Amino acid sequence: MNSLTAALRFILLRREAGIAVMLVLFSLVVSAIEPRFLSLDTLRIVMLAVPLILIAGMGQMMVLLARHVDLSIGSILGFSAIVAGMAFRDLPEMPWWFGFFIATFVGAALGLVNGAVVTLFRLPSIIVTLGTLSLYRGVLFLISDARQVDPQYIPRPLIEMSQTSPIFGIPWIIFIALTIALISYVFLDHTRLGRQIYAIGSNPVAAPLRGISVVPVTLLVFTLSGALAGLAGVLYASRFGYVNPSITGVGFEFTVIAAVVVGGVSINGGVGTVLGTVLGVIFLGAVSVALPILGVSAFWRDAIYGAVIIIALLIDRSVRESGIRSATLEARA
Amino acid sequence: MFKKLSVLLGVAAGLTMMASAYAADPIKIVFVGKNTGNPYFDSLVQGFVDGCDKLGCEFEFVAPATAEATSQIPFITAQIQRGVDVIATSPNSPDALNQVLDRARAKGILVLSVNGDMTGNEEHRDAAILPTDFEKVGADQVELVGSLIDYEGEIAILSATTEAPDQNKWIVGMNEALANDPKYAKMKLVATVYGDDQPEKSTTEMEALLSTYPNLRGVISPTTVGIAASAQVVQSAGKADTVKVTGLGTPNQMRPFIKDGTVEAFQLWSPYNEGWLASHFAVGVKDGTIKNEVGATFEVPNLGTITINPLNSINTQAGLTTFDASNIDDFNF
Amino acid sequence: MSDTSIPKSAVQDAAPVRPRWKTILLRPEAMTFVLLILATLGASLLSPFFADIAYILESFTYYSEYAIVGLVLTLVIISGEIDLSGAAMMALSACLFGITYQAGYPISVAILVSLISGVAMGWFNAILVIRFKLPSIIVTIGTLTLFRGIAQVIAGDRSISKFPSWFVGIDYQYVLNLPIPVIVFCVVALALGVILGGTVLGRQIYQIGTSAIAAQHAGIRVNRIKTGLFIGMGVASSVAGLLTASRLASVRYDLASGAELQMVLIVMLGGTYIFGGRGSIIGTFLAAWLLVIIATGMTVANIPINAQLTVLGLLLIISIIATNIIYSRTQR
Repeated sequence: MNSLTAALRFILLRREAGIAVMLVLFSLVVSAIEPRFLSLDTLRIVMLAVPLILIAGMGQMMVLLARHVDLSIGSILGFSAIVAGMAFRDLPEMPWWFGFFIATFVGAALGLVNGAVVTLFRLPSIIVTLGTLSLYRGVLFLISDARQVDPQYIPRPLIEMSQTSPIFGIPWIIFIALTIALISYVFLDHTRLGRQIYAIGSNPVAAPLRGISVVPVTLLVFTLSGALAGLAGVLYASRFGYVNPSITGVGFEFTVIAAVVVGGVSINGGVGTVLGTVLGVIFLGAVSVALPILGVSAFWRDAIYGAVIIIALLIDRSVRESGIRSATLEARA
Repeated sequence: MFKKLSVLLGVAAGLTMMASAYAADPIKIVFVGKNTGNPYFDSLVQGFVDGCDKLGCEFEFVAPATAEATSQIPFITAQIQRGVDVIATSPNSPDALNQVLDRARAKGILVLSVNGDMTGNEEHRDAAILPTDFEKVGADQVELVGSLIDYEGEIAILSATTEAPDQNKWIVGMNEALANDPKYAKMKLVATVYGDDQPEKSTTEMEALLSTYPNLRGVISPTTVGIAASAQVVQSAGKADTVKVTGLGTPNQMRPFIKDGTVEAFQLWSPYNEGWLASHFAVGVKDGTIKNEVGATFEVPNLGTITINPLNSINTQAGLTTFDASNIDDFNF
Repeated sequence: MSDTSIPKSAVQDAAPVRPRWKTILLRPEAMTFVLLILATLGASLLSPFFADIAYILESFTYYSEYAIVGLVLTLVIISGEIDLSGAAMMALSACLFGITYQAGYPISVAILVSLISGVAMGWFNAILVIRFKLPSIIVTIGTLTLFRGIAQVIAGDRSISKFPSWFVGIDYQYVLNLPIPVIVFCVVALALGVILGGTVLGRQIYQIGTSAIAAQHAGIRVNRIKTGLFIGMGVASSVAGLLTASRLASVRYDLASGAELQMVLIVMLGGTYIFGGRGSIIGTFLAAWLLVIIATGMTVANIPINAQLTVLGLLLIISIIATNIIYSRTQR
């Protein structure tokens, strides 16, 4: 009993541990119903399902930490992917790895536009990015002439990044995602700039008093979010082998936001960790893979994502409310 | 406010009267597609364009941004307002267009359902131009997958959405063929799953199939998004030799998989011929040379004699075209 | 439609008194009105088939459902909150209506179920926002995914139809030569305009939006009013869902998908201040017509949808920026 309370306490003190426990419980429940779920194969499928979400999730996390939100990442992903895809198609002499730069750069530029409108006119990011969600999708239709980039134009080495592995049979694309996560961790936890993002999100009014210039940092987080969504765009081409203007990236923003808030990033800014986000992304990935394995209709996915967002918000709220968490726990025990 | 508006409109209408006086002679055909950015329809539209070039009709293609049930309605109303002679559409819903199409027909506009029918609501369109006899698609597909796996082993179906009417009709045909034809006695359909025509969901469903049924020999995916995702998955997993993917796809989408041997053969019909036939049929009905009656026949250059089947449905070709390494380079759509 | 719902612009202390015409012109609704005239002219020049009142009214029925929700959303935004789940509530309530009817219950029961579901969904949003003090912006992103997800679970990918013929085709029923959805929109606009502009409640909604804390101190029942507004959103969405069901003679889970953008766009185009405290029903009323004129004008001119999406996205951003600038110049 004692150890149980101690464990509970640990969970409540560390949000990441809570998500990890949720993940384990979920896996146990699913594998109790369908034992095949607990297999290396499933792990591989989950790991393949999450890199795009993880990469864009790192950007979204930074935006949320600064007390903003970026709804346009799905369109940015599509935009960057189509520009990179068109470059592959129309400039065959271009080295294939240059697509990474194109997509990331395009994404960064679109993110910068978001940030500029938000900071320049002091508008709520949610409305601005709701507008650019539609705007970017419209422009991407215009520049692509509403035409798909067919699989034959996606460079073979790019596609192989989702298939071949440098080590342990783990595809490149997963390493890229983990590298991005690691860099994000170092950036957020061990650099001045990273800590400033937290400071702005915790208290936007006090931040300037502490010598933090809010505008450049806000611009930075939106640019990073766009750049990472752009990177996810070129990896989309790698994973799915083609880019379609009306399919690629549609609805992606909700998946990413769901994953990030499940990972314990507070929508009130200033709270959240890379580890939590990684676990949140894996959790949602496990849910999406468990559904077909359980034979549950994919129709449930969106309802579950929505419920998960709301539950995560409520948990976040209750954690903030019980300021003296451990004391409360003591009293209960 | 209303008065002001109507005065204004009156003036504007007066100004533009002259413009509308011009349009008179050539038959005006418009095709309202499912949505933009759908590569499948590029070829169908080209058939219309070439048909109208030859016959001297005016053709325009419009489409909403999403393939959602109601998105085509404002477009159809606009075409009625424009006074076109023929509205061809690939309906996004079997019934949501009933009211607006009735209005079009009441104004003497010929309404054609192209590439898909409004099953159960046939009285709301004048005729349907279908690519092939949908009753035989299921059996053809089973025969194709059977020939690839020597008529022995487990097979699965990866379809579009659970309620997709055409796919469901074909799946019924597949099940009947498997149950009734002794040739397929050693083939066993182990699962029918749905990827909602989304690359992400289709990919996850396909990966789950491979993991759930280790003895799987073949997969039929009668939808362009599904077959591309399936091919990508078996290519990634290096299982192209053991699991044969086939289904309905477009040559441009499947070309790399045919070239590298991931997919040996797949099927489709000619969307170009649908547009070609539809334009000839529309002009013929409008100028009185074709009678839109069940049992009537007419000639179409390159396609031969076409018969109008029960429910005024017309097929452009008898069976499916099979694409493989030997002929894929002859097609570009 | 004369409406004085917006608080009188306070004259700045140091600046000279602005002439009356300038004050009027600087109201965002005036901009909306000017845009409406320009758009009408533009659309008439763009296509000879546009300038036809019957056609424009018919086209308005396609957007009237969003516009009705937009009217209530105006009040929600003025009160300092937002609700992005309107389109999803439309879909879920319409699907519940369809399923209830299909299960063999009379259509009146189905309509009741749909309306009750509207109340319940609005209340659910309100509880999360008010009882749990969560930001409405993110709560309603969650509930928009949730509500549409539930609609997908209960209705699948099926379209539910075969409603009785008297229920179908409300958009072709006319009163005074106006389609019924247009009348519903005008009546709701008039009622909400009167409430907002001419009642204590309306004044309180502005005060809540300007400063919820000050409003609380002034004895205004902030939570009760906000709860009412969220429930109003739910009911309006359910009514809009029913209108859509009647217009299409069928319902499906993807009904009105992505329409949250149009709803917000209508309110923003009408000059309502995104941070609350300012805005008007007349603005939203004009903006709904503006949106219809723009969308219809482009569609009838066969302008590709690509360009239309771009224009709508740009409009949203420009209208918020413009409103923001106008308000910061005329006040404070």
